[in-house]
Amino acid sequence: MEWDFLLVQALSGLASASSLFVMASGLTIVFGVTRIVNFAHGSFYMLGAYVAVTIVPWLLEFDRSPWLFFAGVLASALAVGALGVVMEVMLLRRIYRVPELFQLLATFGVVLIVQDLVLLAWGPVDIPGPRAPGLRHGVYIFDQRFPAYELFLIFVGPAVLALLWLLMRHTRFGVLIRAATQDREMVGALGVNQAMLFTGTLFLGAALAGLGGALQIPRISANPQMDLSVITDAFVVTVIGGMGSVPGAFLAALLIGQLQAFGVLVFPKITLVLVFLLMAAVLVVKPWGLLGKPETAAGRTVLPEGILDPRPLDLAGKVLAALALAAVLALPLLDAYAVKVGTEVLVLALAAFSLNFLVGNGGIVSFGHAAYFGLGAYGAGLLVTKAGLPMEPALVAAPVAGGAFAALFGFFVVRLSGIYLAMLTLAFAQIAYAVVFQWVEVTGGDNGLVGVWPSRWAASREVYHYLTAAVTVAAIILLRRVIHAPFGATLRAARDSAPRADAIGVDVRRHRWLGFTLAGAAAGLAGGLYAFSKGSIDPTLLGIPLSVDFLSMILLGGIQSVLGAVAGATVFHAVKDFFMPLTDHWRLFLGLSIIAMVLVFPRGLAGAWTELQRFYARVHRLFTALRKWAERQP
Amino acid sequence: MTLLAVDRLTKRFGGVLAAKDVSFALNVGEMLAIIGPNGAGKSTTFNMVGGQLRPDGGRVTLAGQDVTGLPPRQVCRLGVGRTFQVAQTFLSFTVLGNVQMALIAHHRQTRRLLANAAAMHREAALALLDRVGMAAQAARPVGELAYGDVKRVELAIALAAAPRLLLMDEPTAGMAPAERAALMALVAGIARQEGIGVLFTEHDMDAVFAHADRILVLVRGEIIARGTPEEVRADPEVQRVYLGHSGTRAAARARRAADG
Amino acid sequence: MTRFTLTRRALGATGLAVLARPAFAQAAPIRIGELNSYSRMAAFAVPYRNAMQLAQDTINAAGGVMGGRRIEFVFRDDGSTPGDAVRVAEELLTRENVAFLAGTFLSNVGLAVADFANQRKRLFLATEPLTDAITMAQGNRYTWRVRPSTFMQTKMLVEAIRGRSAKRWAIVAPNYEYGQSAAANFKRLLPTAIPGAEIVAEQFPALGRVDAGATVGALGQSRPDGIFNVLFGPDLTAFVREGNTRGLFERRTVVSLLTGEPEYMIPLGEETPEGWIVTGYPWDQVESPPAHKAFVDAYRARVNDTPRLGSVLGYVTVQIIATLLNKANSLDNEALVDALADLRTDTIVGPVTMRGIDHQGTLGAWVGETTLRGRQGTMKNFRYADGADYMFPEEEVRAARRSA
Repeated sequence: MEWDFLLVQALSGLASASSLFVMASGLTIVFGVTRIVNFAHGSFYMLGAYVAVTIVPWLLEFDRSPWLFFAGVLASALAVGALGVVMEVMLLRRIYRVPELFQLLATFGVVLIVQDLVLLAWGPVDIPGPRAPGLRHGVYIFDQRFPAYELFLIFVGPAVLALLWLLMRHTRFGVLIRAATQDREMVGALGVNQAMLFTGTLFLGAALAGLGGALQIPRISANPQMDLSVITDAFVVTVIGGMGSVPGAFLAALLIGQLQAFGVLVFPKITLVLVFLLMAAVLVVKPWGLLGKPETAAGRTVLPEGILDPRPLDLAGKVLAALALAAVLALPLLDAYAVKVGTEVLVLALAAFSLNFLVGNGGIVSFGHAAYFGLGAYGAGLLVTKAGLPMEPALVAAPVAGGAFAALFGFFVVRLSGIYLAMLTLAFAQIAYAVVFQWVEVTGGDNGLVGVWPSRWAASREVYHYLTAAVTVAAIILLRRVIHAPFGATLRAARDSAPRADAIGVDVRRHRWLGFTLAGAAAGLAGGLYAFSKGSIDPTLLGIPLSVDFLSMILLGGIQSVLGAVAGATVFHAVKDFFMPLTDHWRLFLGLSIIAMVLVFPRGLAGAWTELQRFYARVHRLFTALRKWAERQP
Repeated sequence: MTLLAVDRLTKRFGGVLAAKDVSFALNVGEMLAIIGPNGAGKSTTFNMVGGQLRPDGGRVTLAGQDVTGLPPRQVCRLGVGRTFQVAQTFLSFTVLGNVQMALIAHHRQTRRLLANAAAMHREAALALLDRVGMAAQAARPVGELAYGDVKRVELAIALAAAPRLLLMDEPTAGMAPAERAALMALVAGIARQEGIGVLFTEHDMDAVFAHADRILVLVRGEIIARGTPEEVRADPEVQRVYLGHSGTRAAARARRAADG
Repeated sequence: MTRFTLTRRALGATGLAVLARPAFAQAAPIRIGELNSYSRMAAFAVPYRNAMQLAQDTINAAGGVMGGRRIEFVFRDDGSTPGDAVRVAEELLTRENVAFLAGTFLSNVGLAVADFANQRKRLFLATEPLTDAITMAQGNRYTWRVRPSTFMQTKMLVEAIRGRSAKRWAIVAPNYEYGQSAAANFKRLLPTAIPGAEIVAEQFPALGRVDAGATVGALGQSRPDGIFNVLFGPDLTAFVREGNTRGLFERRTVVSLLTGEPEYMIPLGEETPEGWIVTGYPWDQVESPPAHKAFVDAYRARVNDTPRLGSVLGYVTVQIIATLLNKANSLDNEALVDALADLRTDTIVGPVTMRGIDHQGTLGAWVGETTLRGRQGTMKNFRYADGADYMFPEEEVRAARRSA
């Protein structure tokens, strides 16, 4: 290959890196200060592009000058920054006290809402933006033509980095951002107006995302899929760089830009997974990213978020569980479709329960739990379609497959902690997804495989429902038992204080690894049951959206409750099933439902249930006191 | 009889020498204190003995067995219990649950999947809590306790491993003066009664001079003096660099208390 | 329509769904379940639905089917995943009592619903999924596809470059089944049209996430004479802009699937490249049959928008369904499937036959060159390529479907 071509390819990589950095820098700043993993960052990016394709052409009507173009881009960024403020004031400010994961769920609700609002406001057709006046042409670099606009972009990244550096060093706001990134408690202690700081940070973060989107309009059309296509890249950049580190994000963006530019020359089909392989490799070697700092959580002085002290069910709990079980058994009396939905709820409940076994009980937050669900489904499905085995052995293989891959990935995952651990689970899930997606000969690629139907005796909806009910309820009871058993207690102990657990003789890593494997096996079993209920398997069963669904379920249910995951799965699926046939804009309603639930029940349904019981106890006491008072009266 | 032998332990952090050729021995049933100013390398030395840090050089021998560089969980299995500078307990558990957990770990039952953890080792756990005076609060969540009581629970947790050696990193840090004396008396009583060796670091000179059998003085990673409380108190070098006036006063108070 | 569904759902939510089920009287409308990606693929699916409603109303106004019964489509979002789609299909069959199913956009969703239909022994008219598998290796008795498949459209394009001098070809396709199978078909068919042609580069960017600069650079470096493009949607816009600026398309033959469809051409705007050989739908220039013109006028009057390819497909699908119902004169799915074999329908684009051996419709596509008119792209020198001329050879069909 000629060297002038390599140079131009490197320049292409630099231009992508710049774009990536501008977008990801906002995410890393917001995380550093608020510790919120802001899923809505991609939505701000998309809004930046949409606002820009709306106002920039309008400005260019007056005069086709580069200045007006860039004024429009900046105005778009500021407008999106204002939307960030709206989100902070209307939503995040109300939930800073709720667990971090709930904030994540709320931002996910925002993603769903923005997707549909964009469709409503701008319609479904992609909108091309104008090219930048004065930068429309190609520039000759030796005999290769290179877009002038991309040359310009190459300088935008370092310029934004420099401006952020100045901001961080020379303004009070910037100093506070740095302080908060290093130690959040300290800022509170210094008497800083935290609300103002967070509002300002969200403005900055959203404006950077908007700038990232607006700068892209000469290259790509504004389209309703932009948000999800960039959010994973943004996560990867911030994680590789070290969460909270702006220079780290810059470094990571450079790395990824070059990797993409030259990766397509060597492995043209690996684009799907290249960045995730890089992320996994970086995290295995450097557990806190390139320039990140270890999280300072040697020992807890506050209660962990999750299952605290599991107790046997009280009377109300027993009644509720019995009612739920009766409902499951009685569903076939209702109607055929209810049976179908009921079967799915049971499967999802098991998957969610297994996730909460990790998150709630073990403090191991997995963003990639669907991987084990999907691998279980593939384990079962491949045995049926490729080996010709019947359903029964395939259902045995499902947890084995889920557990085996959980053991493989978990070996590396449990070496990390916190958000980095979560991101490594995401990376592994994406790698598994990519393999299943691309290994067409075995897995059928993205078309998946069909013909995964139950054995004849279980073929009817009703029998399969009862089979699923028997298996999932047994598995949930068993997992619940494990939570109450020494193994479950040990995982909680390690979550509360790893040094303490270590000092009493517990091999923390090994127990976490076994816990991860067990949860993966349970998810795999759920996946196997799911495959037979649908008749087909495909890569979406391993995808990030399903992982996010599982997380949403356990958060809606309440991660501090043992059985909350079951309630969460039920409500989440019921809400989705209710709105989907009702309207094309079901995502809007799903998102609104999620946010409403986060605001009304900040500790999930189980939390609401506890509140209700407390309220009832208060009323009961009041009533007893009244009666006593009445009895004393003559 | 030597329980713990530490031979020329060395640890560097970047360019800083946190511990340099630290050597000492601790006998069965003996209480040995390490004192020194902040940053002298007390916690570093401590964590190398407990397994939390791997030394760059030197050896740690426990009852004749080389334990250098072993992870904490294995050090624990060889009969070493420890408490931390900032108490480490399982915050989501009850007081009783914390000790039960430690007993479950001690009996290597942590991988049991079906037993009911809450019903295991109840009596033994209550007995341990009784020894540290916390039996009455067994059912309370550990997060609700006063800090002094948390330290007692931590002691019970450490004792659950039936240790031959207790490592206590600033056992009285963050406690009220009255609580400190009571806790140290408790530790000393248990140690003497059961022949457990205790290695502790401490800032509170009253506690050190009242209960230590011997004292090591660590300054900038090196031991500058060692001996009985009297010998250390009398050491002019120690007086100059570390103890100063308040230390001498505390030593005198301790002597008066011992004589009286 | 929406209001009706809403009421039913509300009843269902209160557990009264059983009572609300309409009794099947002779005069009751024939309900057909239509599930598609109305939410995620709205640019295609909404015009498709608009045309279906137009066709439904037109047919009902003209007296309905089967001697006076109305047809009524029940539209549902398929959630764009196979899992959701199969549940929605189940809901349509059990709660909405539809006679049979139609729709789906994504290939994996289409295949999953096809297998579900086979399991439940219900007819499924897969309208949009392009994958060859749905009529070939994974074909089944109950599944029929309306649109020309990846193979057919690729063959139309290869036909259009027969005898050209371009020998060195580069391929760029989205990295998923549709892209890969289009690329494979192109590789297979190219030598039949240009003897001695070779593939010198292949790029498979992730769907929706093309790194246009790097991809264009890599393609240019292979110095091809021709480029076969399968990118569409946002990827296509990014690719075209980057390629225009870098001169990738200059003095090269570019062959591109679907690019002439209004869905993908409108977002290209004034960047629409000149002279690409594409499949598409130049709606404003199609002269025959005369019914097409009437369709365009009726559509524009009703929807206040120009028709897309999805609109044509939606309208043709309803026309085929009406013919089918009239011929079978029964809602028994076995009878419907039997009646569908080699069923010929005169549609707004000409006759369409549902071929019996592979369940593939002979709906064609317009093949021509892209050109810029004003600030909007369109097609020139085009012709309607009748799908009947581009089907899989019969022996190949028999071999593929036997192994299924």
